Amino acid sequence: MEKKPIVSPSPHIHGPQNTARLMRDVLIALAPALVVSTIVYGANALLVTGVSVAACVAFEYLIQRYLLKGESTLGNWSAVVTGVLLGFNLPSTLPVWMIVLGALVAIGVGKMSFGGLGRNPFNPALVGRVFLLISFPVQMTGFATPSNVDSLSGATGADAVSGPTLLGYVKEALATGGTTSEVAGRLTSYSDMLLGFKAGSLGEIAALALLLGFAYMLCRKVITWHIPVAVLGSMAAFGALLWAIDPMHYMNPAFHLLTGGALLGAIFMATDYVTSPMTHKGMLIYGAGIGLITMLIRVWGSYPEGMSFAILIMNAVVPLIDKYVKPERFGRAVKTK
Amino acid sequence: MKGFSKGGIHAPEYKISSRKAVVSLPLPEIAVVPLSQHIGAPAVPCVSKGDTVRTGQVIATAAGFVSSNIHAPVSGTVIAVDATPDAGGMRKPSVSIRTDGDVWMDGIDRSDTLVEECRLSKQEIVDKIKEAGIVGMGGATFPTHVKLSVPAGKKAECLIINGVECEPFLTADHRIMLEKGEQIVAGIEILIRALEVPRAYIGIENNKPDAIEHMERLCASRPHIEVVPLRVRYPQGGEKQLIEAVTGREVPSGGLPIDTGAVVQNVGTALAVYEAVQKNKPLIERVVTVTGKALAEPANLKVRIGTPIRSLIEFCGGLPQDAGKVINGGPMMGRAVANLDAPVTKGTSGILIIRQKGAVRKPALSCIKCAKCVGVCPMGLEPYLLSKLSQRARYDELEALKITDCIECGSCSYTCPSYLPLLDYIRLGKAETLRRIRSRKNPEK
Repeated sequence: MEKKPIVSPSPHIHGPQNTARLMRDVLIALAPALVVSTIVYGANALLVTGVSVAACVAFEYLIQRYLLKGESTLGNWSAVVTGVLLGFNLPSTLPVWMIVLGALVAIGVGKMSFGGLGRNPFNPALVGRVFLLISFPVQMTGFATPSNVDSLSGATGADAVSGPTLLGYVKEALATGGTTSEVAGRLTSYSDMLLGFKAGSLGEIAALALLLGFAYMLCRKVITWHIPVAVLGSMAAFGALLWAIDPMHYMNPAFHLLTGGALLGAIFMATDYVTSPMTHKGMLIYGAGIGLITMLIRVWGSYPEGMSFAILIMNAVVPLIDKYVKPERFGRAVKTK
Repeated sequence: MKGFSKGGIHAPEYKISSRKAVVSLPLPEIAVVPLSQHIGAPAVPCVSKGDTVRTGQVIATAAGFVSSNIHAPVSGTVIAVDATPDAGGMRKPSVSIRTDGDVWMDGIDRSDTLVEECRLSKQEIVDKIKEAGIVGMGGATFPTHVKLSVPAGKKAECLIINGVECEPFLTADHRIMLEKGEQIVAGIEILIRALEVPRAYIGIENNKPDAIEHMERLCASRPHIEVVPLRVRYPQGGEKQLIEAVTGREVPSGGLPIDTGAVVQNVGTALAVYEAVQKNKPLIERVVTVTGKALAEPANLKVRIGTPIRSLIEFCGGLPQDAGKVINGGPMMGRAVANLDAPVTKGTSGILIIRQKGAVRKPALSCIKCAKCVGVCPMGLEPYLLSKLSQRARYDELEALKITDCIECGSCSYTCPSYLPLLDYIRLGKAETLRRIRSRKNPEK
């Protein structure tokens, strides 16, 4: 050395985690679900996800470079995560131009208009998805029924037959006077739901693959258990309550947890760092709120699925939660011996 | 396994010098002895240029109750009583002695004979500790006699000996527990006597199983001293965290450790207490871990106070080519050394060399609100928020959010995936908030 030693305040070492590594870990955790949806939907799954990622990355680069005139922020990998999550929230048959439009709204409106990563109040991928859902309801709710799954609309074996998701089908059937025992016989088996052989958005279908991703993120300390467990716990609790009251008209809680993107939302969307609370207590409140609102929408709302809206609604409550829910300070309660 | 309950991190331990027995470093040619090696008022020099001093002679006396005596670490001639640059490069009052042999003061017992019996009264013990200039050896350097003088209305119920050494790299406490266990236990008995407490605990993290086993064996016949193995987690050795880990009691916000009935002393302090009380030896040397991944020969050195930091590094193979930073203390809470000619002081627990690559911080990105800083804060604070409000000078809010509880352990900055210098800003905010609280209490000042 014998140049001047470097001087800086402590701490002098840094932990292994950084933003880019965390984002890459999220991508690794999402990989099993992509594999399953490729098996179920074929190359279309890769196409939709690929277009979404490419468009998100391109829009973030262009906006950062030419509108905000700052250094490229692609190095934090968050645009790729947004791209994958947006793709995972779309049906495999969506036209490419709609995917690109969704990516523009997700990145442009949902993220960069607030100043980029860390400043956006709403989950960007969900902003993109909900924009598409409201703008193109037909395309967004028509799902190719996997060729190896009996179509709910009656036709079997056709690859490109468009049909509703399980939740959509059940909601329709129950609303028109059916009972749960009538629809139950026509539903995909629970083992198929777990493995992914059901109609739905790309990333939502494979429950086991999503749970595997959850386990990976827990091991790598990317997220804590609080939000996913609170979301799924409150959905299960509310679902069980309704089911106990009237099992003929309300589906059982297991059905709710395995359908409609409940797992994708709870594990990957609700846990978005930027748009979720800062304290463990706050995370539990936020997660429970998402579960409750999801069930309200599913059971009484006009959409069959409620996860996206529930997360966005609770995103809006996060600043309030962070203001009032504080961590328990050390030595706060003066203990008398 | 016991441990503190809130937050904390587990950094790679890098205890690379843990098997190196303590060796003595040769005496320095010139010992530069700062007059402020402790928390409190600087000591007042009682020698002047040209005086001849002997090893262990008082060269500066405590200026008030919260202060400490300073002794000559070598024998020789006082060549200056002036201001010399400390490790940070700031000029601080000090006494410089040119070494000439090593002639000790009469009455200091330098033999290895273990003296266990102590018949001194409580006050006599405290007086001897004060006389010997003993301060907290863990790095905080709070005068030990002050800690042993329990304020009126409070009662000490137990003594906790801190052998945690939770900072990565450091192994000095580990080594003295292995090599000076008997003396440490004798020191603990003296501290028990001085505090009139019925029980003592020795907290040791379980990455030092040999030290746990050794201390347990030494305490086997002493049912009032219990060795408490602790799970490895930083900042377990923080005073508040250690008290909670051992007793389950939390030091109240704004309160003192004694409010829980616990008095905490470092193992190095217990050893120094033994030597002061039983051997009449003042605090003039200490064990320093000299370490670092790039260093040729990491070691645990017994060093006289006043020895230049540079000599320690030279003894361990010299400054490596790619050295970037030299730390006085551990990597989490130690201070970067700007001046390698600055001396070892009573609080120097380690000298750590960090390579160029690890010495430069990565550029800070924007906060992604990952909540990891909140999760690791051992005091249950919100570092991201304290840092932001400190930057905006919002001191009323900082006070309400208890920025003054921050123990500056650095877990938040260590963890932040965006490399934000959270603790840098929190320190600034905390200092200003404390200043405002003080000036509110004493408006004239």
